[in-house]
Amino acid sequence: MATMTLAKALNAGLRRALEADPKVLLAGEDIGKLGGVFRITEHLQRDFGPERVIDSPLAESGILGTAVGLALRGYRPVVEIQFDGFVYPAFDQIISQVSRFHFRSHGHLTMPMVVRIPYGGGIGAIEHHSESPEAYFAHTPGLKVVTCSNPVDAYWMIQQAIASDNPIIFFEPKRRYHEKGEVDVEAEPMPLYQARVVKPGEDLTLVTYGPMVRTCVEAAIAAGEEGRDIEVIDLRSLAPLDIATVVESVNKTGRAIVVHEAALTLGMGAEIAARLQQECFYALAAPVFRVTGYDIPYPPSRVEASFLPDLDRVLDAVDRSLAY
Amino acid sequence: MSDPAVDDFVQLLTPEGQRVQHPDFSFEGTDEQVAGYLREMILARRFDNEATALQRKGELGLWPPALGQEAAQVGSVNATRLPDHIFPSYREHAVALNKGIDPVEMLTTFRGTAMVPWNSASNGLHLYSFVIGTQTLHSVGYAMGMQRDGLVGNADPAANGAAIVYFGDGATSQGDVNEAFIFAASYTAPVVFFCQNNQYAISEPIALQSKIPLYRRASGFGFPGVRVDGNDVLAVLAVTSWALERARRGEGPALIEAYTYRMGAHTTSDDPTKYRSRDETDQWRARDPISRVQTYLLRSGAIDQNWLDAVDAESEALAIRVREGCVTLPDPKFEEFFENVVIDPADILLEQRDDYLEYEAGFDDPSGVGTDQEPKQSEAQEAF
Repeated sequence: MATMTLAKALNAGLRRALEADPKVLLAGEDIGKLGGVFRITEHLQRDFGPERVIDSPLAESGILGTAVGLALRGYRPVVEIQFDGFVYPAFDQIISQVSRFHFRSHGHLTMPMVVRIPYGGGIGAIEHHSESPEAYFAHTPGLKVVTCSNPVDAYWMIQQAIASDNPIIFFEPKRRYHEKGEVDVEAEPMPLYQARVVKPGEDLTLVTYGPMVRTCVEAAIAAGEEGRDIEVIDLRSLAPLDIATVVESVNKTGRAIVVHEAALTLGMGAEIAARLQQECFYALAAPVFRVTGYDIPYPPSRVEASFLPDLDRVLDAVDRSLAY
Repeated sequence: MSDPAVDDFVQLLTPEGQRVQHPDFSFEGTDEQVAGYLREMILARRFDNEATALQRKGELGLWPPALGQEAAQVGSVNATRLPDHIFPSYREHAVALNKGIDPVEMLTTFRGTAMVPWNSASNGLHLYSFVIGTQTLHSVGYAMGMQRDGLVGNADPAANGAAIVYFGDGATSQGDVNEAFIFAASYTAPVVFFCQNNQYAISEPIALQSKIPLYRRASGFGFPGVRVDGNDVLAVLAVTSWALERARRGEGPALIEAYTYRMGAHTTSDDPTKYRSRDETDQWRARDPISRVQTYLLRSGAIDQNWLDAVDAESEALAIRVREGCVTLPDPKFEEFFENVVIDPADILLEQRDDYLEYEAGFDDPSGVGTDQEPKQSEAQEAF
């Protein structure tokens, strides 16, 4: 067991992936000497060289497009998008190229690529540095979308993503980068696309992922002090969705609330609510609620606390659900 | 050529079929080789015309003709050899034929019976790309991979390789192309940027894309650029060979502007009479890439009428095969397209496939599903 932050766990996972397979390459802006603006790639260029840990020109489409070529040549590029809001210049390459090479080549080609994106708010950043664009990618056939919420998952999921021959969008909850956990580097990891019941409960299910997992666990603990037994599910994978784990939980509790930072309309909560009404129609004792960011562009940081779901907003929704 | 933009224009064979000298570039091959290029160009043109005709008959949804660009394509592809890797746009039919892509298979994409059918890993020709300029970045990344694989700068020239990427004049305005130039220059990637300046991006003339000759843009990115007579197969071959050789040696990228003309429409959905004059087209017809080679070879005695008749018979056979092959291409089964979305499909995708199959099986005649909405090929993909 080793105690490490989520950021350090990602670094350790990337290091292990680089050691395990000489075809693994990292590319991105400032990831070399600087180790990335969040230091996720710290010392990796020093130890694996500039041919494997590549500082890229400041052009996100260029980073993704050249990663496509490297993947076509048999490499396994892991690219870093510096901030969530900077992925949009690369959107065309991801949607029109990366996601569908396997399909448009009738299975001849694979695109073993990981796109790492620090996402979400809560760090007092300026515009374009606090976005939650996961639904755009989860909506796109051909892409896998996963997100870690804790150091253990960070360590294992990044390695599993790199080992996969599918293109994977890997969202990292940047406000949780410095949170610590015990990581057993010898343990058998969970399957990548499987959700985890973080805290069991009988009365209501909180369905969440990434940065909101901790928020939901704290809300569940607070609700527990009032005698409410809340289950919390960390989805971990947004595409594909492990809906079976959620359905099993909601068939038991009869109540579900989806929590995410991204805006409400057509966010992950919309898909989960739709699936639950289909799969758990007779078990539901209340409508599926959503606690999310509002349908506005991310606001200035001095008021971001009002935008972001927090413990109180989650508990308020718990009250409303249980009142049915 | 009276075009004032044509300075430093590399030409080795004039439109009148005269071999001319250039201080930096030369063609050292034999007339037999030249005859081989002529044959390739004639067959490519016949295939292309046949495909255009098939679209007019409603057998293809769309066709982007390469008419007039045969020398640019045949000259450049003949400068490649394995392990070079070629990234086409969607008009490089002569390149694809040279690389052994079956002509009928090539039509599947445009008939709508397949995505892009060929296996790029086995023949050195990447898939056609339909997003303008996107493939330039892919070629640079591929070239970066070749560097890492030790295929550049070896003492044994035969061990070296490079990437070559085709794009048009319109693509040079795309961000991806400019980013590809930057990445290639920064990493000294072994890649040749082969721009066929066919004067038009659908209706928009080159003047709208660039205020300077395109090849001169290269110097701003830090690598050489050359403008070549794109209708001169010998000059194109010479210039592309030079660019590929220096890339293979590890000297980095180069931009070739093959100055040519799209004699046909952008695609079969286009009407070029709306934006260009007959005079202009006639002027370019006089610079035809095929007739100048034929004139030269007949004059030199390397070919005669019998040779031309034999190639004509060969192209007639090709046309028959393409026509018959196209109309008998089977429609794929829709359920096949649930495959290859990802390597390990999730349950929900398998459920959707099963739902579709169950729905289809609910009809008396399973093949009847969806046939009440036959796509109108002539109206398809107007946006191209």
